Amino acid sequence: MLDFPRWKRIWLWGITLLGVAAALPSIMMLAGQPWPSQLPDPEINLGLDLAGGSHILLEADTGQVRDLRLDSMEEDVRRAMREAEPAIAIGDISTANGRLSFMVEQETQVDAAREVLLPMTEGVGLTGQRDWTIRVVDGQRLELIPTDAGLDQAVENAMDTATDVVRRRIDELGTREPTIIRSGDDRIVVQVPGLDDPQKLKALLGQTAKLEFKLVDQTALPSDVAQGIVPPGSQILPYAADSQQQGAVAVKRLGGIQGDQLTNAQQGYDQNGAAVVNITFNQEGGRKFAALTTANVGKPFAIVLDGSVLSAPNINEPILGGQAQISGGFNVDSANALAISLRSGALPIDLKVVEERTVGPDLGADSIRKGVLALIVGGVAVLVMMAVTYGRFGIYANIALLLNVLIILGVMAALGSTLTLPGIAGFVLTIGTAVDANVLINERIREERRRGRRVVQAVEVGYREAQRAILDANVTNVIAGVLLFLFGSGPIRGFAIVLIIGIVTSVFTAVTLTRMWVAGYLRKHRPADLNI
Amino acid sequence: MKLLKLVPDDTNVKFLRWRLPFYIVSLILMAASWAAVLTNGLNLGVDFVGGQMIRATFVGEAEAPVSELRGDIEALGYGAPIIQRFGQPNEVSIRMRLPEGKDATQVKDLADRMTNAIVADMKRGHPDVRIDGVDSVSGKVSGELFQTGMLALLAAMVAISIYIWIRFEWQFGVGALFALVHDVSLTLGLFALTQMEFDLNIVAAILAIIGYSLNDTIVIYDRIRENLKKYRKLPVSELLDLSVNETLSRTVMTSLLTLVVLVALMFVGPASTFGFATAIAFGIFVGTYSSIYMAAPILIWLRVTSTSFVPVESATDKQENIARADT
Repeated sequence: MLDFPRWKRIWLWGITLLGVAAALPSIMMLAGQPWPSQLPDPEINLGLDLAGGSHILLEADTGQVRDLRLDSMEEDVRRAMREAEPAIAIGDISTANGRLSFMVEQETQVDAAREVLLPMTEGVGLTGQRDWTIRVVDGQRLELIPTDAGLDQAVENAMDTATDVVRRRIDELGTREPTIIRSGDDRIVVQVPGLDDPQKLKALLGQTAKLEFKLVDQTALPSDVAQGIVPPGSQILPYAADSQQQGAVAVKRLGGIQGDQLTNAQQGYDQNGAAVVNITFNQEGGRKFAALTTANVGKPFAIVLDGSVLSAPNINEPILGGQAQISGGFNVDSANALAISLRSGALPIDLKVVEERTVGPDLGADSIRKGVLALIVGGVAVLVMMAVTYGRFGIYANIALLLNVLIILGVMAALGSTLTLPGIAGFVLTIGTAVDANVLINERIREERRRGRRVVQAVEVGYREAQRAILDANVTNVIAGVLLFLFGSGPIRGFAIVLIIGIVTSVFTAVTLTRMWVAGYLRKHRPADLNI
Repeated sequence: MKLLKLVPDDTNVKFLRWRLPFYIVSLILMAASWAAVLTNGLNLGVDFVGGQMIRATFVGEAEAPVSELRGDIEALGYGAPIIQRFGQPNEVSIRMRLPEGKDATQVKDLADRMTNAIVADMKRGHPDVRIDGVDSVSGKVSGELFQTGMLALLAAMVAISIYIWIRFEWQFGVGALFALVHDVSLTLGLFALTQMEFDLNIVAAILAIIGYSLNDTIVIYDRIRENLKKYRKLPVSELLDLSVNETLSRTVMTSLLTLVVLVALMFVGPASTFGFATAIAFGIFVGTYSSIYMAAPILIWLRVTSTSFVPVESATDKQENIARADT
């Protein structure tokens, strides 16, 4: 127990020095001192609440929601009429003037068509408001007009989804603990700590990542397409800027499938070593994709991302496994970015960056100064109390405590974690348990001395018996920390990461290091009595 | 040098003599806490419920008077503002929680009145201040975030109980879980009763309380486990008293040390962390109490006996008993 051979001492000191060295750049940064640039500088990131960061204001194009709703309503209406019993033939469909209008071919079926439309146009809420008003014009023409309430609700839902998607994308980047809040009706405020590479973040947030697979309209003449003449029922989409092909391609407007039903998207390589994105559909998406490719073997289909065609390969055989590969002139970075965007879901609405600036800390520099002062006052009080209560053993504990703080900072810096106020709560808790470990050990040694054990034996039993409680207490805290880290998000994660790191380091400093020092003292001085 | 001793040696306080009244009081307090949470509700901060964001530029000043603003706005009685430097040093954004109202129109009305009051207050001290915009903002916490957080907490508490069950006995797992529920309930009750603002940082404070309370409970449980193996014949209630007394000096010392840091944070630290520090300080007080009066007595009622642990006397135990007999 008290036997520390030289190799063990070297190891322990080595680990300690490594931790302290890793903390040095952060300490210098916190103290506002320059750090020589030729040395490695793993600095701890301070969170938004402690140090501020960049602020990006995103604005959504809400008019888009109206158009998208019309398009999807058109598709729904066509399907519903086709699937009605008996089928209702309709024609002359148009989405002009912000309304969907179409003719029912047989006048006798107008009422039946109305019946079909009624449930489709009800509002989702319990307010009893309708999302669409149905009007019959000229006997055979039906018009669906979106109501304001329905449209507002749709915009609201789109903004909520967009906010979640933005959050997921930022989390995928590994930027820690952003602030993401909705502002007004159509804006999202994003704040991230630090100022590194806001360009990358902006690019990621600006990409809608709406993936579609559409059939190429082979009836369109290339000369017409080049002039922008579209066959009915088709649309012309340009090739993406970094695609291998130039110009534009005509695709069928309807009947394609959306690429939003994915379970995964990963960057990969094709046979030629070019960067691609491999996607895996969920069950429903896979079924639709299989049906589309089975029905159109031998024909080309276009892979469309945010309205531009990435590539338009031929369907050589039905693709049944629910997996597909997207190629289209990617490099590794752009393929990775697309994979992240696809994984975190498409934005239901285009967002553009309308404002960008740096912001100060949430807590305010004035508060942080006071907070640091308070922690110093509290810390010094603890050190003094430990020293006057346990004497030499208290001083050992104090040195261990100070090293512990440094090592936690060092490990956090090396891992690139972010320290926030919740993280400081984790810090206070681990420091508390570290102090408690020493209190437990020292009280136990006192107790064993009182029971008449000799010095060496008292110390040995003290460490052994106290260690059991320390172990159990720390293992339970690590269990809590790991679960909070895995399932939690935001401040809960910030707390958990410091807790996990802190527990490991505090067992090391408060138990192992102090035992080494106590053992050294006992061996060197062979005291007959302990002042503890 | 004579060292400080906070607790005299060999105390023998009969803590568990009053276990029944204390238990009843605690159960009543827990029920009262939940009643307070349900009737008063928590005063959720802007992180949760959203609010108004006012942006202002202090024209002609080098730096916005953030400290002064913080105090002035808080004195208006609409709650604590979150003030952030925004772009230039003389630009700020002020986030305020929406006032509570019966319906949307009333809330909007109250929010407008709050905004006007804040703007008027700024204008009084700084006539040149320019208001750049007033926007409604949502909370930072989406429903998804809140749910995953609750799930994480629940999973952690269950996993901890299972670990304690494996390392100790099932009764100890139940006792530790009960003590945790007690501490969290009372802390929430405190916030419901005082209507102190409950923000995201308080969530972290509650996690810290759980960690501390658990640590405390396990230290006492460890001593109970040790004594159960050592003293087979001792009635359980006396054995619990003995264990609590043996760990008393440690309990006092650790609680005191942690409280010192928190009291410093409460009174020397910034106003914005007062709630945070108060929550943890209160939690530590309650956590220490619950380890003695909640976690320990429950073992009696769940019928823990010395046979709960392996009834084989190990070599160290024998040695221990001999050592004890010698003294």
